[in-house]
Amino acid sequence: MCLAVPARIIEKDGDKAVADAMGNKWNIRITLTPDIEVGDVVLIHAGYAITKIDEEEARKTWELFEEIAHFEQERLKAEQAGEED
Amino acid sequence: MLERIEQARKAIHAACEKVSRPIQVMEVCGTHTVSIFRHGIRSLLPQHLKLLSGPGCPVCVTDQGYIDVVLELAQRDDTIIATYGDMIRVPGKGGSLESLHRSNIKVVLSTDDGLALAKKHPDKIVVFVAVGFETTTPPSAVVVADAAREGVENFCILSGHKLVVPAMKALLGAKNDKIDAFLSPGHVSVILGSDAYKPVVEEFKRPCVVAGFEGVQIMEGLARICEQLADGRAEIDSVYGAAVTPEGNKVAWKIITDMFEPCDGAWRGLGVIPGATMKLKDEYKQFDAMHRFGIKEVPTEEPAGCQCGQILCGLMDPPQCGLFGKKCTPDTPVGPCMVSTEGACSAWYKYSS
Amino acid sequence: MEDNKKIMMAHGGGGRLMGELIQKTIVPKFGDGQSVQLNDSATVDVPAGKLCFTTDSFVVKPLFFNGGDIGKLAVAGTVNDLAVAGAKPLALSLSLILEEGLELDVLEQVLESIGNTAKAANVNIVTGDTKVVETGSADGIYINTSGVGVLADHAVSSFDRIKPGDCVLVNGNIGDHGMTIMSQREGLKFDTPLKSDCACLHELTEMLYAEFGDRVKFMRDPTRGGLAATLNEVAQSAGVNVELTETSLPINKTVQTAADMLGFDLLNIANEGKVLAVVSADVANKAIELWKSHPLGQNAAMIGTVSETDSPLVELVTKIGGRRIVQTPYGRELPRIC
Repeated sequence: MCLAVPARIIEKDGDKAVADAMGNKWNIRITLTPDIEVGDVVLIHAGYAITKIDEEEARKTWELFEEIAHFEQERLKAEQAGEED
Repeated sequence: MLERIEQARKAIHAACEKVSRPIQVMEVCGTHTVSIFRHGIRSLLPQHLKLLSGPGCPVCVTDQGYIDVVLELAQRDDTIIATYGDMIRVPGKGGSLESLHRSNIKVVLSTDDGLALAKKHPDKIVVFVAVGFETTTPPSAVVVADAAREGVENFCILSGHKLVVPAMKALLGAKNDKIDAFLSPGHVSVILGSDAYKPVVEEFKRPCVVAGFEGVQIMEGLARICEQLADGRAEIDSVYGAAVTPEGNKVAWKIITDMFEPCDGAWRGLGVIPGATMKLKDEYKQFDAMHRFGIKEVPTEEPAGCQCGQILCGLMDPPQCGLFGKKCTPDTPVGPCMVSTEGACSAWYKYSS
Repeated sequence: MEDNKKIMMAHGGGGRLMGELIQKTIVPKFGDGQSVQLNDSATVDVPAGKLCFTTDSFVVKPLFFNGGDIGKLAVAGTVNDLAVAGAKPLALSLSLILEEGLELDVLEQVLESIGNTAKAANVNIVTGDTKVVETGSADGIYINTSGVGVLADHAVSSFDRIKPGDCVLVNGNIGDHGMTIMSQREGLKFDTPLKSDCACLHELTEMLYAEFGDRVKFMRDPTRGGLAATLNEVAQSAGVNVELTETSLPINKTVQTAADMLGFDLLNIANEGKVLAVVSADVANKAIELWKSHPLGQNAAMIGTVSETDSPLVELVTKIGGRRIVQTPYGRELPRIC
């Protein structure tokens, strides 16, 4: 009843959004979290964002959060390297 | 991270030593059951701290009668059954969705997929197998609201949604001084808020600690529980502050209460628990499969000899059940404790053979 | 060939249309430009030694996926079964079951893929068969490939050579193929950069056998059922315990997250470009280094050890230091919400 994965909102359009979880892009609904903005990290369950995540708190208590941060850094670096080519 | 695990482990051992009697902590969330197994949590705990897998996931609490209704509907030529993958192997008296071998049974990842199926196949009635606790109820509520608003008439849900707190109270009320504390479900608590466990704490004086699903989360949650028990406290606490607030997601809860209301319903292995099942409100009955197909009520016969109720509450060990290993095995499961791959009986069977 | 863009029942009927399909569409994709006869049977020159023989059928859906297609799978799968046994692939047969209505373009693409994969693996398709079944069967294409090869002297892969103290190695990231397929199934589609690891592994296997000979006890490609299925078979058949360390499993983070989203355990998920090798402890590190020098072995790692036991099990030391059992998977992974 509880499988949920954190992901960052990268696009928002009304009730719908696209969330990025370590490179996997999910089309989700944000009906339950209408105040979400692009850039927020949310928990996704069964295709719905169920809450915004407090990133500072998450950094302290979630191992996965370090991984997300690390992954995003690596991806930024790769993008920048690609642009410099 | 390993340091934090080690710290939590030491804290658990120290607190358990102070308590010096066997402790039983129950988790009521299938995802906790699976995480505890996947991380090998039990192997890190002291001998006399026992983790009980309570009635915590759609797989284990959905009773035979509900499955039998789904199977009947699946065998019609005018239906499509849309279901989360979890339900495919849950057995009713007539077998499971898997054993039917029918092409009108579709595994979906969301209620939206179910509604999309209905729009794509206007000549069929899509029945969504709506199971799950408070985390999974809002998507069902939203999809019925969508179907109503968009006039999708060939869509309905068979609601088996359940409520966690009435179940926790029923477990403690009916029988049981064997449950010392609850590891409360992380994502149900996102919706409900950690304050929802006040009745359990105040009425029954049992600690309730909310935890997420990572190994660190579970260990730290258990440490807080053991410390409370050692101090003789019974409080609500949470190590999942990143996602859980005391008041929960009010938007989600309103959506649930707009569309659903509590009713009495059967829980596999536990019988009928009053007010712990959700059904669609009367004004949405055309989206209720029960109404749609003229099903008066879901039969609630418990399989003879099944002791899951006792086992779920920690009052009995699996080998003490007469069906264990004989009529009831992981391949031919009867009750929830064997149906769920990490349920008490399933785990006992696999690790003791 | 008539101006048909789709497969018809007659293409499997043994008559003119079938002959044209074979000669004009199928055969030209194979061989090295010389005229190739694809008769009902083929004669193959077999060097002295033990003959290794394998067969496999391929029914993957979707037919095309990131990193490969059913054609590539069909060749790599059989080449790999020969390779892990220590046999140099000599020849393959190709049996096609085509669904009536299949687009000819699709067939040509798959055949192209078969031809390219076989060429890269230095193995010839020497015989084959074509059948057509009614619309609604075969999901487009089903393929069976069988293969023969000669066992190299220095290669004897077998369960009973596995001994306590041996090490378990894998050549790279696990679960990529199964998660890629899952992510592209209808109804489960989400947009991912996931890519199947489908590849011919004969160079990797040959490397180990040639360098370390009988220090290589056993090799297998962990396809359906993933590492869990193969290692449980190892444990049971060799009568040993296998202990894996979760932190040493090579895993792509994007693949892990995709698995988390669907509730899957990557140990149970299929691989199509991975070799599990059980080797003596004294050559384990060198074997890893050797694999790392090959493009298909960049993420090679030692993931576990074998020990003595009365009741064979596969155990995992989890990343938080706990222990749990890795069971043989049921055989069907279903996405969960719970």
